[in-house]
Amino acid sequence: MMEITDKLTLYWEYPFVRYALVVGILIALCSSLLGAILVLKCFSFIGDGLSHVAFGTMAIAAALNLTNNFLLVLPVTVICAILLLRTGQNAKIKGDAAIAMISVGALAVGYLIINVSTKSANISGDVCATLFGSTSILTLTKAEVWLCDVLSVLVTAVFLLFYHKIFAVTFDEDFTTATGARTKVYNLILAVIIAVIIVLAMNLVGSLLISALVVFPTLSAMRVFKSFKSVIICSVIVSVTCTVLGILISIVAGTPVGSTIVAADIVGFAIFSLIGLLLRRC
Amino acid sequence: MLQLICQNLTLGYEGKSVVSGLSFTVNAGDYLCIVGDNGSGKSTLMKAILKLKTPMSGEIMTGDGLMQGGIGYLPQQTVVQKDFPASVREVVRSGCLNRCGLRPFYNKVEKQIADDNMEKLGIASLAKRCYRELSGGQQQRVLLARALCATRKILLLDEPVAGLDPKAASEMYSSIEELNNSGITVIMISHDIAASIKYASHILHIGGQSPLFFGTTAEYLESDAGRIYAGLEGEQA
Repeated sequence: MMEITDKLTLYWEYPFVRYALVVGILIALCSSLLGAILVLKCFSFIGDGLSHVAFGTMAIAAALNLTNNFLLVLPVTVICAILLLRTGQNAKIKGDAAIAMISVGALAVGYLIINVSTKSANISGDVCATLFGSTSILTLTKAEVWLCDVLSVLVTAVFLLFYHKIFAVTFDEDFTTATGARTKVYNLILAVIIAVIIVLAMNLVGSLLISALVVFPTLSAMRVFKSFKSVIICSVIVSVTCTVLGILISIVAGTPVGSTIVAADIVGFAIFSLIGLLLRRC
Repeated sequence: MLQLICQNLTLGYEGKSVVSGLSFTVNAGDYLCIVGDNGSGKSTLMKAILKLKTPMSGEIMTGDGLMQGGIGYLPQQTVVQKDFPASVREVVRSGCLNRCGLRPFYNKVEKQIADDNMEKLGIASLAKRCYRELSGGQQQRVLLARALCATRKILLLDEPVAGLDPKAASEMYSSIEELNNSGITVIMISHDIAASIKYASHILHIGGQSPLFFGTTAEYLESDAGRIYAGLEGEQA
C-alpha cells in the first residue's frame, strides 16, 4: 500500500499527470451527461462514427502540415454531427445506417490519406496511436487543458439550461413540435454540444474507446434508476469515478490509459447490473 | 364558437395526394371522430392540423383564441419511449414546456398544473413510477395528462385505445368523455367505429374508396358511408 501511495505522490509531481486527471474528469462528466440521450435516440455509436470523422480530418490536417489540427477537426466534426442529428426522429436514413456510412467512409479516406502523404516510417504505429489514444492524454499541453476546461464548462451550462427542452425533444419529438416548441433549434444545440464532447473525448481515450465512455455509464445507471434525472446524475458519478480509478490504476500498473478506463467502466456496468437484478428480486 | 376550420384541404406525401376536397369545422365542445381505412390519410390530417405538415392545398384556420401550440396532442407511442427511463411526473411536466418560453426550469404554477392533471386522470399515485414499467392503459393516461398540460381547449388524440385491452379501452373512453363534458373539444382518430358512434357528436369519414362524410353522428348513421361501416361493424359483433 505504501508503495502505491509513494508512486502516486511521485507521479503527482509531474504536470502531465495532473493535466490528464483534470481533463479526464471533465470529459467523463460531459460525455455521461449526453450518454442517455444518445443511447435513447439509437445514436449509441455516434461517438465511434464521429471519431472516425475526426480521424479522417486529422489525416488531412497532417497531410496539409497544419500545426494545430484542433482548429480543423472541431468544425468538421461539428458539421457532421449536425448533419446526422439535425433530422431527429423523422430522418430518411435512420441513425445507425447514417452513422455506419459516415464512419466507414471517413475511416477509409483518412487511412488512405495517411498512407499516401505521411513521411513517417511507422504508419501502423501512428494509426494505432490516433485510434486508441494510448499516449495522447499524457502529452496534453497547457493550452489544450484550458480549451478543454472552457468547452466542458460551456457544454455543462448549455445542458443544464436546456435540460427540460432536451428531455422533451428526446422523449417525444412530434408532441414537442406540436406544442409549439422550436424542436429544430434544440436538436441543433444538442448536435453541436455532442460534437464538441466527442472531439474533446478523442484526446482522452482515442477514437475507438469513445463509445464506451458514452454508453457504459448510462447503461449502468439505467439498470438501477427509473427517472431521467436520477439516471443522468448517477451516470455522471459512475463515469467520473471509473475514469479517476482507471487513470490511477494505469499509473500504478503501467497499463494503457484509455483501455484501463473502459475496463473500469465494464466492471462498473457489471456491478450495477447485479444491483439491478437484486433490486428486482426483492 | 368555431375553433377549427378546414377548407378544401388536399393532403399527401411527396406530391401524391392521399385525400382531397376535405372541408369541415369544429366548434368548441365538439367531440369529433375521424374514421376511415388504413392509409386513408387520418394521421396525415392530424399532422396538418398540428402544423407538423403543410397541406398541398387548402387552408386550416383556428379561431376562438386558439394559438399554434395550444393544442394538446396524444400521439401514438414511439419506439424510443419503450425503453426510456423517465418518471411519470417528468413526462407529464414536459407538457408544460410551451408555457416556459426561454425560462430553463418549470415554475410553481406549471408544476401545479401537472399535479392537477395527474390527479384528474387518477395517476397521481404513480408520479414517481417509471413510465416504461406501466401498463398500456396507464401509459396512455400519462400521455393524456401531458396533453392536458399543453392545452385548456382542445385535445387531438391519435388512436388512444390502440393496443389496450377492452377494460382499459373503455376506461380510457370514459375519461375522454369526462374531459369533453368539462368543456374541452376532442378530436380523435379511431378505428373503432362502434365506440365512435357511441361517444362522438360529429363524425368525419375519409378514404379514397368511400365517399367523404362530415356531419353529426345521427346524420352519419343515415348516410351511405355510415350504413356500410356501421353495418359491417354490426355483423362482426
